[in-house]
Amino acid sequence: MGLMDRIPAYVDRLPGGSVVMAPVDWAINEVQASSMWYMLFGLACCAIELMATGAARYDFDRLGMIFRATPRQSDLMIVAGTLTLKMAPRVKLLHEQMAEPRYVIAMGGCTTYGGPFYHDGYSVLKGVDKIIPVDVFIAGCPPRPEALLNGCLAMQEKIRRNKLGQPRGPAIHIPPTAGRFSLPTGTAETERDPQIPG
Amino acid sequence: MSPDEFLPILQARFPQVEFRLDPLNPQALIMSASGVPEVFGWLRDAPEAAMQYLEFSTAVDRPPDCLCVVYSLYSYTHRHRLALKVDLPRHAPTVPTLSHLWENADWNEREIYDLFGVFFSGHEDLRRLMMPEDWEGHPLRKDYSHPNLTPRPD
Repeated sequence: MGLMDRIPAYVDRLPGGSVVMAPVDWAINEVQASSMWYMLFGLACCAIELMATGAARYDFDRLGMIFRATPRQSDLMIVAGTLTLKMAPRVKLLHEQMAEPRYVIAMGGCTTYGGPFYHDGYSVLKGVDKIIPVDVFIAGCPPRPEALLNGCLAMQEKIRRNKLGQPRGPAIHIPPTAGRFSLPTGTAETERDPQIPG
Repeated sequence: MSPDEFLPILQARFPQVEFRLDPLNPQALIMSASGVPEVFGWLRDAPEAAMQYLEFSTAVDRPPDCLCVVYSLYSYTHRHRLALKVDLPRHAPTVPTLSHLWENADWNEREIYDLFGVFFSGHEDLRRLMMPEDWEGHPLRKDYSHPNLTPRPD
């Protein structure tokens, strides 16, 4: 976002510049938040919940979310499931193939901090935020579709607070909702690296 | 046929190979590694055995000195089943491949090689199957350690 990063820096300095930028921010954010197309991509059992949330009963489409089968057309990556060390480079590559602005939701305990494999899983990455920046963490094992919808609404709220040229806010943690199984929210450090754009 | 019926037939046919009943498992025979391709070839092709199907092959790590490879065979013709266990020395486990007899042995043996470090001589493509190619060690060995493994707090 080279040019888009520099424009607000100049406009904000002008008298009344922030008044100009507010509607621009609003328009850009509203467009992004109401069409978060997510990548068709699942790793383990969380993907079953993701599919259920995308299907008729819970209906992702009412948030303007449709799956895209290619990272080139995706705005949002929902990392759903256990991320093994073998899969981690592929996930990083997929994330890098997505166009800016790109957003990441870490769904479930495994992607948040390793989940049930934290102690005994030699081949499991302990948190997807170790390789890609994460915007929303959703607790649960797996999270209920309600929790996932909650996380996507939080993602939309976060997008609506974006300001051009300024770094994105810190990651949001969605606590476990009422469900059959729930795990602690996790121990992952969620500070966003300002060096990583987008 | 049951394993105790197989035992005298196999002992008569392969006198150089040691066979004995498994005291822990009535469905299994324990045999020495010297007879691996020949005994399995006979079990597959002989009409009285007719083991067309290698159900699975896996391994069991039994420290300090034993690593046991387990094969399970099934016959569609006679509907009987036989498990064969081959005890190998744990420091250098090597056994001939069965991938020329049953196609599915190919990936089974790659998996055993990957996770237990058993070397299948004669296997044409003995690469890691599950772990990344540059992984070090064999994770299902009892003495395996990795930085990701942390003690449970209880």
